[in-house]
Amino acid sequence: MSKPAIVTPDPWLRLQGLTRARVALGRAGVSLPTREVLRFGTAHAQARDAVHQALDVASLQADLQDAGFASLAVHSQAADRSMYLRRPDRGRSLTPESLALLARQGPRLWAARPRLAVVLADGLSSLAVARHGLPLLQALQPYFPELPTLPVVIASEARVALGDEIGQALGAEQVVVMIGERPGLSSPDSLGLYLTARPRPGLTDAQRNCISNVRPEGLNYPEAARKLAFLIAGALKLGRTGVDLKDDSDAALPDAARPAAGLAP
Amino acid sequence: MTYACTLGLRRHVFGDLKTLLAKASPARSGDMLAGVAAASEEERMAARIVLADLPLGRFLQEAVVPYEDDEVTRLIIDGHDAAAFAPVAGLTVGEFRDWLLSDAADAASLQALAPGLTPEMVAAVSKLMRNQDLILVAAKCRVVTRFRNTLGLPGRLAVRLQPNHPTDDPRGIAASMLDGLLYGVGDAVIGINPATDSLPAITTLLRLIDDFREQYEVPTQSCVLTHVTNTIRAIDKGAPVDLVFQSIGGTEAVNRSFGVSAALLDEANTAALALGRGSVGNNVMYFETGQGSALSANAHHGADQQTLEARAYGLARRYRPLLVNTVVGFIGPEYLYDGKQIIRAGLEDHFCGKLLGLPMGCDICYTNHAEADQDDMDTLLTLLGVAGINFIIGVPGADDIMLNYQSTSFHDALYVRKVLDRRRAPEFEDWLERMGIADFRGNLLPQGEQQALLALAATL
Repeated sequence: MSKPAIVTPDPWLRLQGLTRARVALGRAGVSLPTREVLRFGTAHAQARDAVHQALDVASLQADLQDAGFASLAVHSQAADRSMYLRRPDRGRSLTPESLALLARQGPRLWAARPRLAVVLADGLSSLAVARHGLPLLQALQPYFPELPTLPVVIASEARVALGDEIGQALGAEQVVVMIGERPGLSSPDSLGLYLTARPRPGLTDAQRNCISNVRPEGLNYPEAARKLAFLIAGALKLGRTGVDLKDDSDAALPDAARPAAGLAP
Repeated sequence: MTYACTLGLRRHVFGDLKTLLAKASPARSGDMLAGVAAASEEERMAARIVLADLPLGRFLQEAVVPYEDDEVTRLIIDGHDAAAFAPVAGLTVGEFRDWLLSDAADAASLQALAPGLTPEMVAAVSKLMRNQDLILVAAKCRVVTRFRNTLGLPGRLAVRLQPNHPTDDPRGIAASMLDGLLYGVGDAVIGINPATDSLPAITTLLRLIDDFREQYEVPTQSCVLTHVTNTIRAIDKGAPVDLVFQSIGGTEAVNRSFGVSAALLDEANTAALALGRGSVGNNVMYFETGQGSALSANAHHGADQQTLEARAYGLARRYRPLLVNTVVGFIGPEYLYDGKQIIRAGLEDHFCGKLLGLPMGCDICYTNHAEADQDDMDTLLTLLGVAGINFIIGVPGADDIMLNYQSTSFHDALYVRKVLDRRRAPEFEDWLERMGIADFRGNLLPQGEQQALLALAATL
């Protein structure tokens, strides 16, 4: 004998095939059924963990090393996550120790006055950069064969603008900050890419170009790398990033689809 | 003018009215970030003690943001109704709080008073109020607005149906819209946040909702929440625009960062009124606001975020809007750190808006980097329900897959209706009954094959 139905089902389940939104959930009385409360709670827990989990810098550095990228690890002036969340300004400046490290070790590891510096930043999801940072660099490499000679900096408790200080310290022409985005319930590990030409403190977002939602379920690695390579090449030509540099990579597909000439002058 | 008091052995001095208001404000991360918050709990109380003795008339003499520099200040001062202010003109801020709580303040006297109050007066008194005071006074206010239905009547609560989709896919949006309507949601507005600002995409969405609304004779209004300049262009192109949406803030500078001014809003308001699309009224504007927006645009003039939020309502009321809601927890923990701060801000915003005569709603919401969760939203939802909020937001399962934040669900709306006996807008209620979605008491009915919206769902 089967139990009587407690939950009122919604006879429009087929709508679930048209959107990722939480439609046709059914109801217990007027409330969410237990199954959905647990599903939602799990998604929220994963998003929260993504925000609060510290980036495993040593592990990321080792993986980069194995793949042929020499990296340095720096920290912002936000001492911990609580300060990071309350004080965005602290997340935009390096500690004096980090600045000294870049000055001391940078010239030993990387080419001087690099065309491009890469910052792998935890942002609001360390999960994003831990999962997608290296694969994205590898997807970018066909466009820029000299990528392994360029600076890769791992930044903790970092906001996008921290890249300005890092880029300036390294004398880089452009900096790309690959940073964990604010996690959504269905996307705890979205990576955002921010490209800035002539990086220096005091720039605003209007002077950057952004590519967002980089992850296999969103904008995948090859597509993200292609768009980024397009912007880097465009910024080199234009001499600046920001609102004047348009992402016409889709319109320009035939040329941009294959690796461009790279960073060589 | 300086303001001061002595507590025990310590003398507390506040350099100007703006500083006094900021120091009196309940603690929140945004004011700390701006460097305007009280340095100690005692200083906060000292500021409140000084504020309580301040005559309300002082706010007509000393501006928080300079008159010469700011058009919002000019609208507030130039639009002040001295006759409406007269009944409370002799009161201090502390006496004003007592008066608001007294039986002398009822729906009629509060409605008559609204044009006589400035946002700064309302913000000031809110800083002396506990949460229950904010609820009690707001619950006495009545603000009724109309377009294709009647919103804000006693015992009623409306919901904005927000069927967002990350790529504006019409079928995805239609799926969420049907789900919401079958849950009895959508009387405040069917309002989409578009992922793109392209005019053809916006026009497609406007037609999608409007065609549906006409076919099924739904007594509600639609809105695509794009920039006001896009809506003006859409009107020029003959698109079916019911409401003009815009995000606004409490200073000229923050509005400039949003790309708007009073002149631009005037233009949009005139254009929408000229369409004459409302059937039972012609409130055509929809505004969203939220504490912290001015600071995030570096346009705060050293004022606290709650006072600036109230000033946004001072701008909004110029347009007799159909809907105004604070998007309270969207901005993030650097402005409102946790559930406690979000709940307080939600109650303040609702209170201030209502006292200024606005049809206040609230997007009861949070982001995943704030110290908040569904329990906090349940608390705020219940409190605002008790406070008589005009409308809330409805998102499938509370999860907005386009804006990546959590708002309230269709189920949440049913919960608050059930425990507080809040009904939908009367015209919408009748429609739900005609459609067989709800019974005459407003309770949802089980659905089967005879449901016309399910037949539509099968064709998507």
